[in-house]
Parts: sequence; C-alpha cells; structure tokens
Amino acid sequence: MINKGMTTDKIFNTCDEAVADIFDGATIMVGGFGSFGGLPINLIVALAKQGAKNLTAIANMGGVGFELSKRIKPGGYQDLGIIFENGQVRKFIGSVPALGGMPPTSPIETLYNEGKVEIEMVPQGTLAERIRCGAGGLGGFYTPVGVGTVVEKGKEKKVIGGKEYILELPLTADFALIKAHQADTLGNLVYRRTARCFNPVMVTAAKVTIVEVDKLVPVGQLDPEVIVTPHVYVNRIVEVPN
Amino acid sequence: MKDRLDEQTIALRAAREFPHGSVVNLGYGMPGLCANLIPEGRTIFFQSENGILGYGSLATDEEKDYEMINASDQPVTVAPGMCFFDSAASFDMIRGGHIDIVVLGAYQVSEKGDLANWGRPGRPATGMGGGMDLAVGASRVIITMLHTTKKEEPRLVRNCTFPLTAKQCVSLIVTDLAVIEVTKEGFVLKEIAPGWTVPEVQSLTEAKVTTATDLKEIEL
Repeated sequence: MINKGMTTDKIFNTCDEAVADIFDGATIMVGGFGSFGGLPINLIVALAKQGAKNLTAIANMGGVGFELSKRIKPGGYQDLGIIFENGQVRKFIGSVPALGGMPPTSPIETLYNEGKVEIEMVPQGTLAERIRCGAGGLGGFYTPVGVGTVVEKGKEKKVIGGKEYILELPLTADFALIKAHQADTLGNLVYRRTARCFNPVMVTAAKVTIVEVDKLVPVGQLDPEVIVTPHVYVNRIVEVPN
Repeated sequence: MKDRLDEQTIALRAAREFPHGSVVNLGYGMPGLCANLIPEGRTIFFQSENGILGYGSLATDEEKDYEMINASDQPVTVAPGMCFFDSAASFDMIRGGHIDIVVLGAYQVSEKGDLANWGRPGRPATGMGGGMDLAVGASRVIITMLHTTKKEEPRLVRNCTFPLTAKQCVSLIVTDLAVIEVTKEGFVLKEIAPGWTVPEVQSLTEAKVTTATDLKEIEL
C-alpha cells in the first residue's frame, strides 16, 4: 500500500465506516490499558455493531462488561467486554483477561469457563515488547520474565551471562483500534495523560490502523517536538468529540 | 479473637520502607493505599505500569480524571515533574532496574521468597498483569498481605501451591500480624502486631519462622 501523503483521505466521518471492513477471522489489537483511560471505546462499540466474528483480540485487558462495570463506576460503562458478550472473539491474547478482584462473571471469563474462547496469557511487559518486535520487524527477544512459571511452558530457554531467559515471539495484527487525543489531518498523533499506555505501541504493529481522536487539527498545528506517533503509522482517523 | 492490623495500617507500615527520593510502584489492591501514606518529609516518585512517573496521590471525587489513572484503574492526582510514556517504555523502566521498590499483594509467599499473586484455584482466566515483570525487575519486592486465609490457613508457606509470579523475589512481607524478612535461611520475624506472641504467629505460618534478636512490636 502506498502512503497517501498530504491528503485528507485518512479522515472518516464515523466509527461505523472506519471499522466496516474488519473481516471474520481477523486479528485485532485494541489500545488502552484497563476499563478506561485510552480505550478506543467508540470504535469498539462500532465493531460490536458491525459484528465481525472469529476474531483474535490482542489487548491488555479483556474488559469487565457492562454488568460488572457498575461495581467500578456508578452507572456503569462499556469496555472491551462488549465484543466477548457478542460472541465475536475466538481467542484473546493479553495480560489481564479477567480481574481476580471481581466476581467470575465478566463476559470473557464466562465464555472461557464454557470453553468458548481461548486465552493466551502474556505478562504485560512481554505483551508490549512482543508488539514492539512485531512492529519493528524483529523475530523475538529473550526475557527473564516468566522464568520458573507457567509462562515458560513450551518456550526456548537460554542462559545469557549466567541468567536464565525465555524466548518470546513477535505479535502483529490485521487491524489496530487506537485512542489518541489529537491528530492532524496527516495522522500525526498526540495522547493525553495515562490514555497513552498501549496505544502508541499497537498503532505501529497493524496492517490497518484506525484511530479515534478527541480533536482533529490542521497540519502544522501540532508541535513536531511533542508528536508521539508519526503519521506513517496511521491509516484512518475518526474525530469523536468528548 | 485478637485484633489484627487493618489494611490501612499494613499499608502505612509498608510505606515506611520507602527511602526519600525512591521510585516506587504500587500493585493492585492494598498496596495502592501506600500512595496516601508516605512518611512526612519524604518525596517518593510513584511509577505505574500504564505509563506514568511521579503522580501525586489517590484522587478525591472532585479531582477525578479517568485519563489520569494508576494501573489499578484508580484516578490519581497531577504533581509537578510528573511525566507520561507508553507501555513498552514503562516496562523497559521496570525490567531495566529503574524501580527501587514494588509493593505487591500475594496469595502465597514461600520461605524461599517465591511469590504467587495472580492465579488461584477455580479462576483460570485471571491474569498476571504486570506483576511478573515487576517482581523480576524491581530492586526490592515488598509484599502486603493477610497472614492467613479467612479459614486461618497459612499463606506464608514452605512451597507455593498457587501459580508462581516469580521465584525468589520477595524481600519483605508486611501482614496483619507481623513484619517478616525473607533471608537465605528463610522467614525472619522482625516485628509483631500488638498483643500477639511469637508462638501464635508461628502457628499461623506453615514455614519455620526465626525470631530476630531485635524483635519488636510493629512500629508506625
């Protein structure tokens, strides 16, 4: 695919249009961290409506779903749990599928207990680094994290400088759903506070990246010294004012 | 039944371990309380794995901003000198040895310092989050936990039976009954909760507990 340079072809009017071509069986990365603060929730809700099935979802957390969310924030909220509730996910790769401090009734945990979803549990730093490897064209890395635990199962081990490491492999995706604070029309991105988290990492590792932003600004308006994500990584932008 | 220390008191005791100027990461649950219990006169730089260094304390309802949270999804306050970074950079910081202390919760700790804090029987879908990275990467691992289960089964054990977070990583354990150091020789009882005796603490601990020569009542 050829990058389209200084055009505004990346701008989509709605989240529904931006996620329309996510296909059955696709691997998707979803930015954010936990239930809020950086979760591209409008794109997630659009994907839930769109209905693509058999997805592999790569995200830090599996989401608590609307029912359990009421225990965390009055009135409740939507999070990644919605696409599990909808039965759209075949496999989840992440560090917190379900929260141990909550009842075992989140959508992902319910499905897992029924044998309807597969989970690959990855330590959080290893998750970030596997995505960075995938983005940067590397074949993997050796980490001490997980040595002597269930995480090392089936993985190559190596002693480097007298210390034990395990080999972890790269992750990439067909699509990434990302939340940023501002984009210029080229696709340069800046984030707000802790809503940064996994977003700048995942936006570099997918074939098609879809970004929801609080505000879209003209090219030249973002200070080049503070741009976090260079525009080459961004394919689609939807402005969703707060 | 005798009084045990409450969670605030356990966190207060753990927070006394933070040297002035140290970089500290607080885990999910009870450890998070430490952010509001720093000894007077000390500056602590709290790091959180979602990509923040130098936040203030837990936010009040009026201060809440859901794009300003710690890794337990709790809103925290803005402080001068704080900075933000992405998840990959955050874990470089953690694995690379830039975190002086991490305070984590635990289901079990073994006398060798093995930690089990993320999975338990009947809950195969709960995850380790950043716990494994922190247990391996932080210079010092402090555990805040309840000494026993509700049924008074020991959680300071010879060998962990729950899934491990990391091996031989724990330095200090602060419970509702005691402050225990993990040494090459096993558990050493350094401080004990008011009204409790050494045999009582031993009877609620599966592994052998050696009493420190300078054993004292828990100091706050």
